[in-house]
Amino acid sequence: MRLILRNLGFYLLAFWASITLNFVLPRFMPGDPVSRMFAQAQGTMQPDQIAQLRKLFGLDHRPLWEQYLSYVKSVFTGDLGISITRFPTPVSDVIGQQIGWTLLLGGVALVIAAVLGNLLGIVAAWRRGGVLDSAFPPLLIFVGSFPYFWLAMGALYLFGVSLGWFPLRHAYDVGLTPGLNGEFVSNVATHLVLPALTIVLVSIGGWMLGMRNTMIATAAEDYITMAEAKGLSPSRIMFRYAARNALLPSVTNFGMALGFVVGGALLTEVVFAYPGIGYQLLMAVQGLDYPLMQGIFLTITAAVLLANFLVDLVYVRLDPRVRVR
Amino acid sequence: MEPVLEVNGLRVEYRGDGRTVVGADDVSFSIGAGEVFGLAGESGCGKSTIANAVMRLLKPPAEITAGSIRFQGGDVLALDERELRAFRWRQIAMVFQSAMNSLNPVLTVGEQIVDIFTTHEKLKKRAARERAGELLGLVGIDPGRLKAYPHQLSGGMRQRVVIAMAVALKPRLLIMDEPTTALDVVVQQEIMAQIRDLQRELGFSILFITHDMSLMVELSDRMGVMYGGRIVELADAKDLFAKPLHPYTEALMNAFPPLTGPRVELTGLFDAPRTTDSCGFHVRCPEDRSDCSMNIPDLREVAPGRWVARSTEGAPR
Amino acid sequence: MTAIEIATATTPTASAPSSRRRGLLRQLIDSKKALAGLILLALFALLALLAPVLAPGDPSLINSTGSQAPSAAHWLGTTAKGQDVLALTLWGARSSLFVGFTVGLAATAIAILVGLASAYFGRIVDDALTLVTNIFLLLPGLPLLIILAAFLPPGTSTVILVLVVTGWAGSARVLRAQAKSIRGKDFVAAAVVTGERPLRIMFREILPNMASVVMTTLLGCVIFGIGAQAGLEFLGLGDSSVVSWGTNLYWASNDGALMTGTWWAFVPSGMCIALVAFALALVNYAVDEITNPRLRSRRARRALPERRA
Repeated sequence: MRLILRNLGFYLLAFWASITLNFVLPRFMPGDPVSRMFAQAQGTMQPDQIAQLRKLFGLDHRPLWEQYLSYVKSVFTGDLGISITRFPTPVSDVIGQQIGWTLLLGGVALVIAAVLGNLLGIVAAWRRGGVLDSAFPPLLIFVGSFPYFWLAMGALYLFGVSLGWFPLRHAYDVGLTPGLNGEFVSNVATHLVLPALTIVLVSIGGWMLGMRNTMIATAAEDYITMAEAKGLSPSRIMFRYAARNALLPSVTNFGMALGFVVGGALLTEVVFAYPGIGYQLLMAVQGLDYPLMQGIFLTITAAVLLANFLVDLVYVRLDPRVRVR
Repeated sequence: MEPVLEVNGLRVEYRGDGRTVVGADDVSFSIGAGEVFGLAGESGCGKSTIANAVMRLLKPPAEITAGSIRFQGGDVLALDERELRAFRWRQIAMVFQSAMNSLNPVLTVGEQIVDIFTTHEKLKKRAARERAGELLGLVGIDPGRLKAYPHQLSGGMRQRVVIAMAVALKPRLLIMDEPTTALDVVVQQEIMAQIRDLQRELGFSILFITHDMSLMVELSDRMGVMYGGRIVELADAKDLFAKPLHPYTEALMNAFPPLTGPRVELTGLFDAPRTTDSCGFHVRCPEDRSDCSMNIPDLREVAPGRWVARSTEGAPR
Repeated sequence: MTAIEIATATTPTASAPSSRRRGLLRQLIDSKKALAGLILLALFALLALLAPVLAPGDPSLINSTGSQAPSAAHWLGTTAKGQDVLALTLWGARSSLFVGFTVGLAATAIAILVGLASAYFGRIVDDALTLVTNIFLLLPGLPLLIILAAFLPPGTSTVILVLVVTGWAGSARVLRAQAKSIRGKDFVAAAVVTGERPLRIMFREILPNMASVVMTTLLGCVIFGIGAQAGLEFLGLGDSSVVSWGTNLYWASNDGALMTGTWWAFVPSGMCIALVAFALALVNYAVDEITNPRLRSRRARRALPERRA
């Protein structure tokens, strides 16, 4: 329990740090990015909306601490300002409309990569020197060396443009009404294949190698020798004794890996024009939409922290040693 | 009567990149039914290598390159994978050096005992749990502790759990690799008493491995002293203790001073590392070193049942 | 031939670190993986250095009709605008390698300082630094990169700064763990007792003993630097007037290279990034294997000798 509470405090601290960063950046950065933004947005906005944005970015001449407090308050009440590129939709609405797609893409890719990678790692460690152990790691390192977005470009070009096997862009065909029917779901699934595939390809190597290495370290433990001496079958030793223990560091890595996968998903979305928040982030960058950029940053941070917290809960279930403490 | 275990000319090599380390060299001994055979020697002398070889637990780069291991007349080295799994624990069980490390930290004690019965006796989960509970009772632990995780037990209790696991299938031979090193002296005595009781009751033979000579003499019927991968002396435990014939045996015994009696100066064990052309012990060795300083000589039988690795028959002091 | 050796524990002495380091380099060259990686790296470094000779003139100059497939005149074809892809790729290596290695060195330097200070001073210093490190590790990297880069004036120095800020934490965590274990060794305690100055202990006693870990984290940081720079530039957050592999991909994507099927506009730069990262990963892998022999792949060997009849 203490571990969970301690980590919870830590996550809150990290979230506070990112809010503060958000607060500080537009106020103290050189080159006055905010004026640039206003110059661009002047024509489309009403005076009271400009005033509200000025407040958000600290151009309203209140003392800093007062600005800070009201900023923190507005973040926790879900008020992240108004998007400039999708004027006049509030940032929270923009994110709310898109985050589902990112969760779908990132979640599917992460789960496939983690499960498959860990399984491959277990088998590779158990069959030291086998095909899986000698051929796969270098291959996966090589694939993992490609930038996410480049692999996405390659996949899009090869399977989308040249072969025409998969749709080129977006999450579902234009003209289809979203709904829980077979046609829509399968359409979404075919649109998901390429983006998810690229993320899985790039990230699976890390999982596999990590698992392989901890498995090798675990295999040298006395309790594995003991299990062998007990005459247990290899598969039982592998899964019940070695993998169960080797999985623990993997679970902790899961939280860390999440940040990377989110990053990868963002870039992949950009390539496939997948309507998640990564694609929206690119739009925001191109349109100098600072409120939206900041809102997306905060949302992603919150999601990653939350996921880490959930991972902690799982970890405590898996490792009896931390449970009592 | 046929011995339970017969090890003959066993040689184990650790093959690294370009160099080979010999873990055990021409080791021969046998253990009779109900007999306790002790194997003594300092850390790294090859005791554990022998234990692991007998159960075929050696992993690469360790490799058995010569010799034979026979268990009740059967060739252990000829067993295939399936036979080997059935052989392990049913015929020979093992108590490992550290109970903390030999129990899996994320499984309950019960799960780890139940494993044995479900694998070897094809028992159902429920019946296996019942047997596991009885087993804990046998070593004086409340069967309720089956649900405990290893870290929730004291060191002595963990070791008892491991011993209970070892006798679960009533094996013919029990290998004990330094079963009490990590424990304090009081607990050590309790554990040793427990082992003696169990042995009286179940009648298994024991291969007992330790560096603690006094503990060994207490328990063993016969014993061998290992040095640098070879057995340098092999004899009845009481004879050996009363009159060590090899200078190394003597040095090892002196490393554990008696609690009573006059103070004696401790003599160290190591003089020089053992290398290709030096047995490493020769500096302190009182013998004529012309021959054996180069290598440890083969065992010779100097009296019925007394074997010693000396080139010349040194006068026993 | 079989030699009998009894392994003796080596106690760390003052002379041990330097000989170990020499051993590491030697072993790296002996390792096939590392050698392949080093050769590949050297090749890229050479191409980057020789770019002005191999492809003289401004690479972004428009000197041909656009979207030409590879030919004798333009080995790697031309972009949609009509720039020579080979020239762009060669010149791109300069910026990408420079940024990658600068980021790698700077981030590793910070990580070393943080790790050593954490390990040496312990207690409050350690707690505070670990907290900061973990927060940086936890914040999702790319979004953080993006908002930092978006608010700073665009340019190569911004890219480097932002990448260092986001890239040091992972290495710091690894180095701290390593430094902490060395801090606990007897020879460090001895140095403290004999009154050596803290800085000297950190850099003379502790640091040389973690050479291989510093090496792996450095390589990891360089990989991160090159990849993340490309990612930033691909999103248009770099200086799009600089020629680098990332901006090449940015322009290729912006000019619709994918849809028009001009694969030669985006394949070379991506390949280069991947090859450099792969080369670094190979060296890294080899260092890992050398320092952790258990990971070394071995041929499946029978555990038993052939049965003799």
